[in-house]
Amino acid sequence: MDKNFKQQLMGYMAGNFRCKEIAELITDYLEGSLTLSQRLRFQMHIGLCLACRNYLRQMKYTVATLRQLPSEPVPPEIKEALMKRFQSWKHEQSLQNSSSDSQL
Amino acid sequence: MSFFAWTWPSPLFFTLVVPSIHEVLQLDEPGLVLALQRGDERVFTAVMDLYSGSLLRLAMSFVPSRAIAEEVVQETWLGVLEGIGRFEGRSSFKTWLFRILTNRAKTRGTRERRYEPFGLSGPDSDGEDGPSLEDSLFVTEGSGKGHWADPPQGWEPDTPERALLSKECRTAIEEAIKGLPDNQRQVITLRDVEGVGAEEVCNILSISETNQRVLLHRARTKVRGVLDPYVRGEK
Repeated sequence: MDKNFKQQLMGYMAGNFRCKEIAELITDYLEGSLTLSQRLRFQMHIGLCLACRNYLRQMKYTVATLRQLPSEPVPPEIKEALMKRFQSWKHEQSLQNSSSDSQL
Repeated sequence: MSFFAWTWPSPLFFTLVVPSIHEVLQLDEPGLVLALQRGDERVFTAVMDLYSGSLLRLAMSFVPSRAIAEEVVQETWLGVLEGIGRFEGRSSFKTWLFRILTNRAKTRGTRERRYEPFGLSGPDSDGEDGPSLEDSLFVTEGSGKGHWADPPQGWEPDTPERALLSKECRTAIEEAIKGLPDNQRQVITLRDVEGVGAEEVCNILSISETNQRVLLHRARTKVRGVLDPYVRGEK
């Protein structure tokens, strides 16, 4: 198919969204915040444009990659210090509870 | 198969690698809160093990050093102990936890002259009003104006797993996140790394839904740009 004709047809079918606009709307699309009309035009464009389809997939895979990033390591001494604070907090709690019980 | 089937998020998009605290402890939300209020050590240890790394990652986006971020994480857990008795469950425990951290990290960040609240520092240091992608990536004149100059290539479905197997790529992603403006870094950390919902993120960071989406989009675009050469085998 003639390239110019294909681009004109795509522009018409896709409500004149260009790839540049699609690239900027991808997060809005994934977040479900496009209007119905925008969503339909977006989907028309994606249906017709392999490059934008690839770009949409790339963004989805980027999100999936971020979701699988390993957790930030926390030094064990911090956890040990916190467990000590937890023990003393628990002790204070039990003292408070027993003093309020004895007041009843 | 629907004509638009490829536009739906892939199953990978919904992958949750980190099990929720409810799955780990086999406790529902009220059960978890009650156990913490009663001082259940097993539950406190599990909650601390599961969330401390996430808290540290977020804290580092507010304060200038890892050492201060670690202090903020400790202060957060002490805040949990102080406040758990009054926790009413108006938000999820996780949202409440991140909000305590955010408040404490903001205070520390302001004191260390690092953090400026949203809105006070103007739109953004990298020009949030402009497009997230450079104009040079698109055809600038003729009938193809606005179309890709160098069309994006397809990535394989196992991209996330393969990318994270490479230490170099993992480091590049981490560095890309660290290099983002603070507000973008906070949003992408909460939304994409920690999997917190949009509404909760707006609540935690006290930002509007629109601002959250703009920041997320800009941050994702940059991270995708860093990931791309690794996926294409250019790095």
